[in-house]
Amino acid sequence: MTTLTDPPKGTFRLSMLINDSRYRSMTIQIVALIGFLTLIGWLTSNAAQNLSELGRGFSFGFLGEPAGYDINQRLLDYNNQDSHLRAALLGVLNTLLIAFLGCIAATIVGVFVGVLRLSHNWIVARLMTIYVEVFRNVPVLLWIVFAMAILIETLPSPRDFRGETPEASMALGESVAITNRGFYVPEPLFSRSLGDVHLFGNHPLRFDVSLDLVVILAVLIAGILTARLIGRRADRIQAASGDRPHTLWYQIGVIAVPMVLILTILGFFLGYPELKGFNFKGGTYLRNSLIALWLALSLYTAAFIAEIVRAGILAISKGQTEAAAALGLRQRRIMSLVILPQALRVIIPPLISQYLNLTKNSSLAIAVGYMDITGTLMGITLNQTGRELETILIGMAIYLAISLTISSVMNIYNNSVKLKER
Amino acid sequence: MPQTSYVRTEMVPERAPPPSTAGVIGWMRTNLFDGWMNSILTVISLAFVVWVLLSAVPWLISPTWNATSLQECWALIEAAGKPEGACWGVINERWPQMLYGFYPEELRIRPTLAFFLLFVALIPVLFNMISRRMNWLLLVLVLFGATFFAAASVLMVAVQVVLGAALAWLAYTVVTTKAGDRAEAIAAGASRLPNPLIFSALYVFLMPWLLWGGPIWSPIGAAMGFVLGWAAYRMLAAVIGNLGAIIAAFLVPVVWWLFLIGYFVSALSSVLPIGLEPVDSRLFGGLLLSVTIGVTAIAISLPLGIVLALGRQSDLMIVKSLSVMFIEFIRGVPLITLLFVASVLLNIFMPPGTNFDIILRVIIMATLFASAYMAEVIRGGLAALPRGQYEAADALGLDYWKAQRLIIMPQALKISIPGIVSTFIGLFKDTTLVSIIGLLDPLGIGNAIRSNAAWTGIVWELYGFIAFLFFVFTFSMSRYSMYLERRLRTDHG
Repeated sequence: MTTLTDPPKGTFRLSMLINDSRYRSMTIQIVALIGFLTLIGWLTSNAAQNLSELGRGFSFGFLGEPAGYDINQRLLDYNNQDSHLRAALLGVLNTLLIAFLGCIAATIVGVFVGVLRLSHNWIVARLMTIYVEVFRNVPVLLWIVFAMAILIETLPSPRDFRGETPEASMALGESVAITNRGFYVPEPLFSRSLGDVHLFGNHPLRFDVSLDLVVILAVLIAGILTARLIGRRADRIQAASGDRPHTLWYQIGVIAVPMVLILTILGFFLGYPELKGFNFKGGTYLRNSLIALWLALSLYTAAFIAEIVRAGILAISKGQTEAAAALGLRQRRIMSLVILPQALRVIIPPLISQYLNLTKNSSLAIAVGYMDITGTLMGITLNQTGRELETILIGMAIYLAISLTISSVMNIYNNSVKLKER
Repeated sequence: MPQTSYVRTEMVPERAPPPSTAGVIGWMRTNLFDGWMNSILTVISLAFVVWVLLSAVPWLISPTWNATSLQECWALIEAAGKPEGACWGVINERWPQMLYGFYPEELRIRPTLAFFLLFVALIPVLFNMISRRMNWLLLVLVLFGATFFAAASVLMVAVQVVLGAALAWLAYTVVTTKAGDRAEAIAAGASRLPNPLIFSALYVFLMPWLLWGGPIWSPIGAAMGFVLGWAAYRMLAAVIGNLGAIIAAFLVPVVWWLFLIGYFVSALSSVLPIGLEPVDSRLFGGLLLSVTIGVTAIAISLPLGIVLALGRQSDLMIVKSLSVMFIEFIRGVPLITLLFVASVLLNIFMPPGTNFDIILRVIIMATLFASAYMAEVIRGGLAALPRGQYEAADALGLDYWKAQRLIIMPQALKISIPGIVSTFIGLFKDTTLVSIIGLLDPLGIGNAIRSNAAWTGIVWELYGFIAFLFFVFTFSMSRYSMYLERRLRTDHG
């Protein structure tokens, strides 16, 4: 029996593709897809035509050719006979280095400023507001160039450290030399070093792993894990008996004592920079470009992080503090058990997107000559080989990979701290 | 019964609060010296402020306004008997360049006029708070002021007379009629001035013409594309149905802009050669370049961002995945790589022989970049809307576009105002990146000045001035967004 609820068995008409909502979404999607594919096809055919007119195809063979340029600030060994691929690898490492240093410094400054901005102290709060507004309302590239110019123009040159009555002297007990060419800081050395492991032989992607560093890291991680075990045990005792044993010194001890031991065994000492001839020798040399970029990026990002931290703390209602106090918790425990876990849920996602911004902004290194991936692959390699399409594609892919990795980590974190609603 | 020894019969008079909790001292005690920790912080901060002022103020006051090189500055500072001082000569000598780049000096009135007209055009869009009459008055005032900078001629005098008369009449009506009377007169059927948004729409075509020059027929031709599209829709809607008319309304302007406009402009220019002297793109520079790129990209990225956000929120799988791919790609790469694409790669993707303007290429990439961020901001606004709003729109029987236009978007955009404005600010700041691909924005001009022999070694004055230029723009934008948030707030309290 047919009822009125049965759909009409009308024949399919062409106009139903537009007017019938069952088919319309299909039509729109197919039109969008065709449009997109046409656009891609048009761009690709244009590119192919243009490239063939220029007399070259699309290939990544240039990566194996010798680069022929120097990279002044580098984490791995490199000389100008190495290939473009290795130059790009060093660029990536430099990008990651500045991103890492910048994120740490920006977080420290940002949290500090954000908390102080909420201070009851009128003048401190005002000063912090001025800092935030000045730094985030001026372009980051300007800060980078500005910092570089200040470092070059106002700091003493190595020449000023020479002579009987030098015009400049080294800072921090003769250990750090601050010059207009860069900073020379003490370098960690080992008299009974375990040596390096050379991975990948002569391949462009070869790199050396310092065994000393591996051992130190292993000891450190083992120490931290043990300290956490001690903490867990204290938790269990507290849950069972109500008394919490004092663990702080044990925890510090299991981290610090093995560390001191292993450093003594390896013969740890600091290599200080010394003035030899016209320049400093020894120590770790941080170039101006790295310092300027680091300062500018971290101070700029810190202004944004400060606002995030402030918003996160303000987002927790005062009732939470009062309820915790009513439960009899002490001030420090209120902070660590009630306020921080809730504030962090608000703070962490935008914080990580600021880390992402900092990493992307580090590409402005090219303005001060720091050799990150933009400076090597998309800068000198591009100019030398004339492979615009290939170099820019690889560069974009690398940044995309970094960004997607960070944002997927953020998604995992977000899901783990999400309020479990029932 | 023991007698009550003492019962007070009148109220005790109020006493003033103790001096330590009221007035300046009380304020200082609660805000500056509340506990020893706070007192230490206060002292340190005060010392810092005093130190900054003591070192900055004598440095800022420096008699070097007319110097023409850094050496001359030093000589002047030494002559004044000061240990050190700022060298303001560089600002005095180069500020026109930092504002206009190498834009021909005698034509600089054009960008200036365009800039002031920008505000006149923006006011009805942004504020909606001054009356139509005030808005038209402002427009006539700016135009009247501009005529005095143009070359004197009989025509110009005539224009001045007309504008002056209009200005006087508008000012007279503003002064003489009260707001209440005016409202009554309008209610009684008196004619109103046309909506100032008309000028805002015209400004879109006026601005490129003022900046780049050329025959007046180019902006008119470009505007005619829209008129033609509208006409095609009106004429064909009755004949071939709504859908066909919409398609025609898209196709006709595209055909007009791509193929016919050239003939139109050249034909009319040969008959009536009215126009401004053309200015080449590579002469653009300084703040003019930043504002041109920034304002254009901002204006186009907002509608593009809305479309992308709707695409990302849509149920249509292919549309959604295309939007997600675009947004995530753009947000995953730094702007500088996109600018590299604009400077070296975009021509490879165009048909052989095409070669279009570098500023236009940069604007395209900056717009795409900003629109991805804008899409995410607006998506946040869309997600923050309660589900009931969508369902209510459905229950009213509105179709998708009507629901978006009348119910969803007004609320979602209101929620996203802070994010939208901070994207705008970010984009405006990011225009400095064009200095890396060789355009002369304020930062590029700054680098050029520092490599000039006369000014090598100058740092603080130059970059401080450029930073100040940007700060003025971005700070006022962020204050405007706070104002707008307050104005649009509809909840209580």
